[in-house]
Amino acid sequence: MAIRSFFLFILFFSSSLSPVFSLYEDQVGLMDWHQQYIGKVKQAVFSSQRAGRKRVVVSTEENVIASLDLRHGEIFWRHLLGADDVIDGIDIGLGKYVITLSSGGSILRSWNLPDGQMVWESSLQGPKHSKSFLLVPTNLKFDKDNVLVVFSNGRLHAISCIDGEVLWKKDFEAESFEVQQVILPPGSDLIHVVGFAAFSQFEMYQINAKNGELLKHESASFSSGFLGQVSLVSTETVVALDSTGSILLTISFQDGKISSQQTPISNLVEDSLGPAVIIPSSVSGIFAIKTDAVTIFIRVIGKGNLEVVEKTTHEIAVSDALSISEDQQAFALIQHASSEIHLTVKLAHDWDGNLLKESVKMDRQRGLVHKVFINNYIRTDRSYGFRVLIVMEDHSLLLLQQGEIVWSREDGLASIIDVTTSELPVERDGVSVAKVEHNLFEWLKGHMLKLKGTLMLASPEDMAAIQSMRLKSSEKSKMTRDHNGFRKLLIVLTRAGKLFALHTGDGRIVWSYLLRSLHKSEACQSPIGLNLYQWQVPHHHAMDENPSVLVVSRCGPSSDTSGVLSFVDTYTGKELSSLSLDHAVVQVIPLPYTDSTEQRLHLLIDADKHAHLYPKTSGALSIFKREFSNIYWYSVEDQNGIIKGHALKCKCTGEVADEFCFDTRDLWSVVFPSESEKTIATVTRKLNEVVHTQAKVVADEDVMYKYISRNLLFVATVAPKGSGEIGSVTPEESWLVAYLIDTVTGRILHRVTHHGSQGPVHAVFSENWVVYHYFNLRAHRYEMSVIEIYDQSRADNKDVWKLVLGKHNLTSPISLFSRPEVITKSQSYFFTHSLKAIAVTSTAKGITSKQLLLGTIGDQVLALDKRFLDPRRTVNPTQAEKEEGIIPLTDSLPIIPQSYVTHALRVEGLRGIITVPAKLESTTLVFAHGVDLFFTQLAPSRTYDSLTEDFSYALLLITIVALVAAIFVTWRLSERKELQEKWR
Amino acid sequence: MKWVEVIVSFILTLSFLSFPSCGFQSDELLVDDEEFGLEGAPQHRSPEPIPTRSPPVTSPTRKRHSDLDSDSKIQFSLDHAFGDSDFSPAGTFSARLKTWSHGGQNLLESDDFYRIRLPSNVLSPPGRDFIISSVKARCLPRESLDEHFVIHMEGVNVLAVNYGSPGSCPYPRNLKLPAKWSFSSHTVLKNSEQAPRAPVFTEEILGGENAEGEVVQPAERSFWAKYWMYLIPLGLIVMNAVTQAMNMPEEQATGQVPAQGQPSAGAVQRGPSSAVRRR
Repeated sequence: MAIRSFFLFILFFSSSLSPVFSLYEDQVGLMDWHQQYIGKVKQAVFSSQRAGRKRVVVSTEENVIASLDLRHGEIFWRHLLGADDVIDGIDIGLGKYVITLSSGGSILRSWNLPDGQMVWESSLQGPKHSKSFLLVPTNLKFDKDNVLVVFSNGRLHAISCIDGEVLWKKDFEAESFEVQQVILPPGSDLIHVVGFAAFSQFEMYQINAKNGELLKHESASFSSGFLGQVSLVSTETVVALDSTGSILLTISFQDGKISSQQTPISNLVEDSLGPAVIIPSSVSGIFAIKTDAVTIFIRVIGKGNLEVVEKTTHEIAVSDALSISEDQQAFALIQHASSEIHLTVKLAHDWDGNLLKESVKMDRQRGLVHKVFINNYIRTDRSYGFRVLIVMEDHSLLLLQQGEIVWSREDGLASIIDVTTSELPVERDGVSVAKVEHNLFEWLKGHMLKLKGTLMLASPEDMAAIQSMRLKSSEKSKMTRDHNGFRKLLIVLTRAGKLFALHTGDGRIVWSYLLRSLHKSEACQSPIGLNLYQWQVPHHHAMDENPSVLVVSRCGPSSDTSGVLSFVDTYTGKELSSLSLDHAVVQVIPLPYTDSTEQRLHLLIDADKHAHLYPKTSGALSIFKREFSNIYWYSVEDQNGIIKGHALKCKCTGEVADEFCFDTRDLWSVVFPSESEKTIATVTRKLNEVVHTQAKVVADEDVMYKYISRNLLFVATVAPKGSGEIGSVTPEESWLVAYLIDTVTGRILHRVTHHGSQGPVHAVFSENWVVYHYFNLRAHRYEMSVIEIYDQSRADNKDVWKLVLGKHNLTSPISLFSRPEVITKSQSYFFTHSLKAIAVTSTAKGITSKQLLLGTIGDQVLALDKRFLDPRRTVNPTQAEKEEGIIPLTDSLPIIPQSYVTHALRVEGLRGIITVPAKLESTTLVFAHGVDLFFTQLAPSRTYDSLTEDFSYALLLITIVALVAAIFVTWRLSERKELQEKWR
Repeated sequence: MKWVEVIVSFILTLSFLSFPSCGFQSDELLVDDEEFGLEGAPQHRSPEPIPTRSPPVTSPTRKRHSDLDSDSKIQFSLDHAFGDSDFSPAGTFSARLKTWSHGGQNLLESDDFYRIRLPSNVLSPPGRDFIISSVKARCLPRESLDEHFVIHMEGVNVLAVNYGSPGSCPYPRNLKLPAKWSFSSHTVLKNSEQAPRAPVFTEEILGGENAEGEVVQPAERSFWAKYWMYLIPLGLIVMNAVTQAMNMPEEQATGQVPAQGQPSAGAVQRGPSSAVRRR
């Protein structure tokens, strides 16, 4: 009996270990998390429906239109338009359609407000490029049909709101006419189109809104010209600035007559200011101008009389006007004051009185208010209440009501630039962060529930309880390092210049920090964050130090503006220090050396090809001097099609003696002929990749040595003609050349041409192989190719006796200056999807087999075994090859639905996939980011080194107890039987 | 792989001529260099003054070449630099500088880079830019100075040149002076390879199914591989039985001595009970 139960146990044990490649339904959310974002809000429209759920429709800089719950900030629905389909305007028509104008005013779409289904789409063409305007008049009707007025591409359209049909159109073909405003005076059938022509001409067109007929055309010339935008102060008056930015022009066109008045700004404000710009707003009677330091609000009284109502040096944001009754308009103003923001709501004609004045505490890490959108509601006491939606500097979105933040969304995470990881602190005795959450009873109850679940006795409620217990497992969201290395911090840098630390367990934000060095300042006009590097990863002799990351940024869009470095502690999220460099940062090279405090040495290359060493300490310098002659790097000049290799030469010979600056020299160059090749992709191996075995045992007990060099570069070039979109060239005039280049000596190790193929190329390089994805024009399909590179110079180390006697060259140092003896193997396969990103899994020791992670066009991540991309696949593999695991050759790569890493979810706008090894060899952590974020754990060869998460320890315990009991019972029984026998 | 190994680089220029397209490579130029007397005909290369800091540059005449192929204007100069010195002409590619001793010794002692450059377009030198390549100087000396060129071509354009020693250059690079301060060159021209086409199985749709059917059939496994899970318990049971069987005669033998008067049935009875105890 004992043996039988032992076997039962073995059986149970092995079944719990049985291969599970994909997830079961109840495992969703156990190890993975998914977060949905929308990006920085550009425009927001509040749904004015009386009944139903309150919602706000927003368009964002990530080209998302979304409908948000006004009470909680959740997403009802959202749509991500393509990268080149930039949203120009949104509005709500008839109270139930969301109208969007996008792609430079050429696509107009209507979406159903409750569920986000598209109702219609129409394409608007026009004679020339121009600004675009979308207007939804409330009272303009055309055969009982509500009409939309759209100005785009130099043409005015009236469009039916019901089906998107163009009712009439009117061209504005005058060469130099630049439209500035399209005005629909309420209660009339006229449309005013105003704009500038030929630098100094003001033009006004009056158009019949019923049929598009031109009623009147007036123009007036202003010798001083115009600067920037115009501000509309009433339906018949606009304010503009002259080209010097010092004189205000008030232009009114009442009854089709243009009259104007000029007011120098110095008349209004005593002290002289620099050139001003008009802040666009639509509050009637009031406009604002902004100079470097001061924002001035000016009221227009009567016909062109200007009066300054307020002058402020605070950062200020103004909303558009909101009509609250027939003749009253309200608008919101937000001013900053240290750690608070002041919200005031005023009536347009009454500057001094406030409808509402509130102060809200605001986290400094959110920065300044960039945009304000105002909405009103009726309070319980029947008076008007106001709520505002504000967009902050870090791209977050907040709703303020009654002096409180009702909800906030961290939409900065929709635009991640770079990602790195950091370990969590080690758990120490006494300072344990984890608390004992469960008492014994809870623990027992939990295990009883689990046992019931295992024995299939659980009711649906119990199942739900089990599931929620598993999801909430406190183990995975602890703030300390775990044995398996699953818990880490993901440090992400967003486009807004904010650093976030996300916990890998549940994706929550541990800390966030708006980089001070990325603030706009005198010295740094438009700072841009570039990259994140691990600056200090303490592990051996600097265990007490906190790890830190290096943020590299620069002061402008061009690469020769000066750089800024910031160092941020990853445990606390505080900036340790920041450095404003006096040189540009073109390239950052993390060196594989660390100094005594585990700070990694970095080499920064500037625009004059000088190399600068950081950190600037003498210890770092002495380490660097030792390795001086072994440092090589390369640079790719995309425009010229030149790849160059560099090495260090000597100390800088500049006027200032700088110990940490070095001159460089060119060692090699590869010049692609400009008429036939254009580089489109360059890929290298990951710096921290670990390779476990150098040799690969092939079928007939032969050994092939992998050519493993950290200095290999994969370059893909295409014919210049074929660098456009797919299908723009014939197969004969398009080709793709793939190169493997050694970056120390500039040797081309392999070069192969794919005729009739075209980019875009996505490639990934790992160990001794590279996989790349491109389009085959002849086969009309996407293809993926693999190149594996093997070292022949060590190929004769096969003899066992040689190895035993030590007569092999496996331990001798390898010099890249030797002539390489390599062979390559390659093979191409068809693949169905087009790709957005490609990555490869990486594990701690590199033993586990690899999977390719493909970001598909459907915004999902697909895992594909590297075995499918083996160049040695043949149609009929031999027995030995089959045993080795070679799959019979097929022409296309299989897409197994279960191997979608993202299972049912989509990572909208997928841009990058990052893999991080866990400490557990079988497991790798995968982070995919785009507009959404997705994180999961992946075990490419299954978790062969640990029990699965849902392994029932309770059942194991019970089995052991039962076994022990059985042993005792049988022992007693046998004792008794023996005794009986003896007495017989 | 198609490549032409040319011992004399002089011939290279000619071979460029016969390269109307990238696909075709001439093999007609495998002529030995001695015929052209490269070493024997030192002449000043051009009237232009030789840079003072470079070693005296002598270069064999291009006359023979132009005699041979009078319509050819194609020739490119090979420049070289010692460490950080400026590039100085080392002669046309067809005839390398033969003496290296002046800058060479210093270079070998400091183990600096020996750099070469050539134009990226052989028809209209220097093309867009020079192709540079370099090697640590101590990699070159053997008997003489051995060098190895791999020139990657695309039509008339030179993409890259891989320059280095013909063999290995193990890492602790020891200072070794060559017996002869002259170069012996080996040159390989390389053009792009064609990628293998993705296999297309369209015509084999019917056959493919068959093939798949074969795959679906589980491969014949050995008897042991199939039934090991049954055989091991069976083996255990057999072993158990055997040990029991072996114990039985023993117990019979030992049991008979004290229980002489008893019939043998007692021993038979005791057999199973001892088995139980053993378990």
